[in-house]
Amino acid sequence: MKVIMTGNEALARGAWEAGVTVAAAYPGTPSTEILENMSRYPEVYSEWSPNEKVALEVGGGAAIAGARTLVAMKHVGVNVAADPLFTLTYTGINGGLVLVSADDPGMHSSQNEQDNRNYAKFAKIPVLEPSDSQEAKDFVKLAFALSEEYDTPVMLRLTTRVAHGQSLVELGERVEAPLKDYVKNPGKYVMLPANARGRHLLVEERLVKLASLAETFPQNLVELREDSRLGVITAGTCYQYVREAFPQISVLKLGMTYPLPEKLIRQFASEVEQLVIVEELDPFFQEHLKAWGIPCLGKELFPLTGEFGPELVAAKLGSLMGGNQEVAAATAPAAAPVPTRPPVMCPGCPHRGVFYVLKKLDLVVSGDIGCYTLGALPPLGAMDTCICMGASISGALGMEKARGREFAKRMVAVIGDSTFMHSGVTGLMDVVYSQGITTILIVDNHITAMTGHQQHPGTGMTIKNQPTARVDIPALVRALGVNRVQEVDAYDMAAVEKALQEELAAEEPSVVIARRPCVLMLKNTGPVYTVVQGLCNRCGRCRLVGCPGVVYRKGQFPMIDVALCTGCGLCSQMCNKKAIMKGVD
Amino acid sequence: MAAKVMNILLAGVGGQGTVLAGKLLGEVALQAGLDVKVSEIHGMAQRGGGVVTQVRIGEKVFSPVIPQGTADALVAFEKLEALRWLPYLKAEGLLIVNNQSIDPLPVITGAAEYPEGILERIKESVSHAIIVRALDTALSCQNTKGVNMVLLGILAQRWGAISKDIWLRALAHVVKPHTLEANNRAFEAGIALAQS
Repeated sequence: MKVIMTGNEALARGAWEAGVTVAAAYPGTPSTEILENMSRYPEVYSEWSPNEKVALEVGGGAAIAGARTLVAMKHVGVNVAADPLFTLTYTGINGGLVLVSADDPGMHSSQNEQDNRNYAKFAKIPVLEPSDSQEAKDFVKLAFALSEEYDTPVMLRLTTRVAHGQSLVELGERVEAPLKDYVKNPGKYVMLPANARGRHLLVEERLVKLASLAETFPQNLVELREDSRLGVITAGTCYQYVREAFPQISVLKLGMTYPLPEKLIRQFASEVEQLVIVEELDPFFQEHLKAWGIPCLGKELFPLTGEFGPELVAAKLGSLMGGNQEVAAATAPAAAPVPTRPPVMCPGCPHRGVFYVLKKLDLVVSGDIGCYTLGALPPLGAMDTCICMGASISGALGMEKARGREFAKRMVAVIGDSTFMHSGVTGLMDVVYSQGITTILIVDNHITAMTGHQQHPGTGMTIKNQPTARVDIPALVRALGVNRVQEVDAYDMAAVEKALQEELAAEEPSVVIARRPCVLMLKNTGPVYTVVQGLCNRCGRCRLVGCPGVVYRKGQFPMIDVALCTGCGLCSQMCNKKAIMKGVD
Repeated sequence: MAAKVMNILLAGVGGQGTVLAGKLLGEVALQAGLDVKVSEIHGMAQRGGGVVTQVRIGEKVFSPVIPQGTADALVAFEKLEALRWLPYLKAEGLLIVNNQSIDPLPVITGAAEYPEGILERIKESVSHAIIVRALDTALSCQNTKGVNMVLLGILAQRWGAISKDIWLRALAHVVKPHTLEANNRAFEAGIALAQS
């Protein structure tokens, strides 16, 4: 049966068909839906781990214990998981272990656009790279087979276009993968130096075998065409762009993008006059070819940054073919200048009022990753730094140590509840241990909101929405040695301000927890607000919080859009004339 | 270039139902026995940012994205988004616009004005433009979230290449059972609008 699926759905389906019984992940765009889909299969134990390192360690343990295991994360998540990854490559596995890295060229929703093919080379593991949903499903099954045959973790690399793109998929049946026997084997699984030295030799031997396999790997596909002027080596979505623009040229489509098949590439190069490499981000293939002395063009033509598209590929390859190629002509009218539509905190978002207070107090804000990163944008603009998950707290401590206590009294670290679980706890531990006085503001909306409402250890629910133990954030914070802990209502701007003022002044570490559930989780919100025109002096203060529900047109009174208003009351708190009232018609 | 492919661009604002519309188009293609690719990018926040879904339907589809100037149809769920994505529409392409304005952040904060005269500008530059108040139509069908189905009803009727049976079958496949009736009503209302 054929269905239409995203790459992420298809990948989960493929893992299920391959008999996977354990799956773990931390949510992150564009990878999140892999585990969401995985968790719907009752045969698979699925979990949201607190972070990617834990996810891969759970995965490694499950694989060593004999289960086929899937671990998924976004590209920057692999940085967090790199530590177990680089040693699991030495130990090898028992049941198959596949690590999905969902890369984000163009940074649709990421802080960098690192190319994780480099990780495969660095960790000395094979990487497979599908170019559509069908391949996502097929390749994950191949990855499990490779993993077990070669006793290695295997990386499956997606990019946003494959992860979130939908295309047709032929469904298959699940083939159970019975648990493999567990046999104690410290020489293989205890990486003391003496053992690891031996394992490293095996890793290098394995890589040679894998390179040899790559020469005949069926997914490294040579498509020779009559026109031999140009040959392209490519993989993933770029293959689709190349084929869209030039159905008639010869292509070597790599399904295994590390290790690369040197002989196959040499053979292909000899069949064409000009060899071009089409790869997004780093010159990963090209560096290999250069090292092997195979003449080719790549980054001389194509950018090192951003996402490619069919226009770019058509233009760049077309220029090599004498400019005879028809490039799609933009015949429609030129774009008129229109206001941009950046992402915005939702109406009723509990982060909005908190960030208005941070702006009002003119604090240095050490930020973090989540919906609240939007607090960096106008009109709030209350964020100084945002680096990676968890860096708000430890980064603030560094600023304090560099610039002193007086600076720390004008600074706050802001972190969400899920991000705090991910990697904020260790930073806070350091603040206490290293005698910082930094104030930490945990904006607790009871969920991992930005990626679409995933549970975490602080929500008391599992990935399958079953009740479970809940980490009590105030109790955890106190247990770390923070004596000053305040909990406030995130909608109450005066209370948030008062708590922050008190804690900023304190000569010891302190934590303010601003609580309110993500407004999108609420089925019923409060009664909407209305502007009473007789009281309004059109000062415009209500729009300073930047709520989409407050509509302001030149020469008119502000209006509250009843379809958007959730009754949070921030605009009413902003109004000095008490002109914004609840439930007045 | 590859064999004839129908390129459809859906442009709207987060929360307007463009994602479900893209899903319906994908299912329509599947039910019609055609190849299809649907590509969407949703930004960082859950709501309020621009959302674009690209749908390509044909015998064989390679690229998941539509180059500028090659969309056969642009379905804009909001006026400003129609203007923004107009360069993607090919000459003689079909433009369907929901006559609704949703302020983007720069307008909310006062950093920019919501442009005036958008519909006039569209009428000047596009020969096949259908402008409807899809929200009113949806509300008259007692379907507050039915803008997407009204607009796709119009597209289904004007495109005409795929039978209504297939559309309805696909619709039943992608929406939740308890919303099927309301979505059917909105879809039929869209068809009726396109016929009038």
